[in-house]
Amino acid sequence: MASTRRPLSPHLQIWRWGLHMALSIAHRTTGVGSSLGALIIVWGLVAIAAGPDSFSTFKMVTTSLLGRIVLFGITLSMMLHMCTGVRHLVMDTGRALDIKTNRQTGILAIVAAIVLTLGLWVAAYWFAGLI
Amino acid sequence: MAKFALPKNSKVKKGKYVAAPEGTKTIRKVHIYRWNPDDGENPRMDTYELDVEKCGPMVLDALIKIKNEMDTTVTFRRSCREGVCGSCAMNINGSNTLACTMALDEAKGDVVIHPLPHMPVVKDLVPDMSNFYAQYESIEPWLQTKSPDPAGQERLQSHEDRVKIDGLYECILCACCSTACPSYWWNSDRYLGPAVLLQAYRWLADSRDEMKGERLDNLEDPFRLYRCHTIMNCTNVCPKGLNPAKAIAEIKKMMVERQI
Repeated sequence: MASTRRPLSPHLQIWRWGLHMALSIAHRTTGVGSSLGALIIVWGLVAIAAGPDSFSTFKMVTTSLLGRIVLFGITLSMMLHMCTGVRHLVMDTGRALDIKTNRQTGILAIVAAIVLTLGLWVAAYWFAGLI
Repeated sequence: MAKFALPKNSKVKKGKYVAAPEGTKTIRKVHIYRWNPDDGENPRMDTYELDVEKCGPMVLDALIKIKNEMDTTVTFRRSCREGVCGSCAMNINGSNTLACTMALDEAKGDVVIHPLPHMPVVKDLVPDMSNFYAQYESIEPWLQTKSPDPAGQERLQSHEDRVKIDGLYECILCACCSTACPSYWWNSDRYLGPAVLLQAYRWLADSRDEMKGERLDNLEDPFRLYRCHTIMNCTNVCPKGLNPAKAIAEIKKMMVERQI
């Protein structure tokens, strides 16, 4: 046996990703993203309780262009996390685990997340009388 | 814990380039991971210009031709050359499979060959499988019974019960699935991985086995079984078309069912 310490073979560096692996990572990152995003909602609630001055600050920040982009991102993150979460729930019952169905439910989760996000934003703008 | 970068001694350097003889018309570049335990150097990627016209159809044919005609030091495992023994499992163009059942035509562009991912390397494409085999042994992969043997005959099984181990007994333990699993990459010291769990389920699903409770007790552990996060790389790479992810899900269901 050679005395040299054995190297570790390459892994992430060489791996060719598929939709299933990307969605698994996306489920985790959107979980973290949604938790951080929830802090903004908490800030909004605190601002309401603290009075008109702090609420107007909150409103100014969140309705700015950057604020809207961030909120849109958080909505998408939450919707994707919810859809992939439901998908994982189905998989935990032993269903949708063959390659074909698994791919179809993956695509379905992405499409559903985008549709829900756009739907929520259109509804929000409509209720606000902006469209 | 997950360490995404390779340790210093494992960083892959550029290697040598072996050109085909002049006048070769049908050249395909084959990049092969090389590590020699005797020279104290880091691993490197060597490139060989393969004459595909004079080579068999499979990736394993390419490796054998390179070893025979271009560089006798290229080291890899192989035996049956027909997808039965599991020896030539390796990472080809970013995915794990058997070199003997993957056609060169299936690989797009250059052929890039690494050993099975996140494994200690013995030499070139040969990984150290000791941990994998020890984990396999830990699930006691043999028929276990409590009742006395039936006199004068085997332990019989109905046709319906026999069908339940289809898709499980065909596993050749090539380790393509386990070494494709990120959970196994980060936790192979404690997580059993898809191949071994599929084998565990093979005995749990066998109507003749009488140690189901003990087998489930052995798996009831935050790491041994529950590091599976249904990433699905295992099922996507299995060269035998089996479904380790489904087998693991079935074990998890058995764990719940026995609580009710």
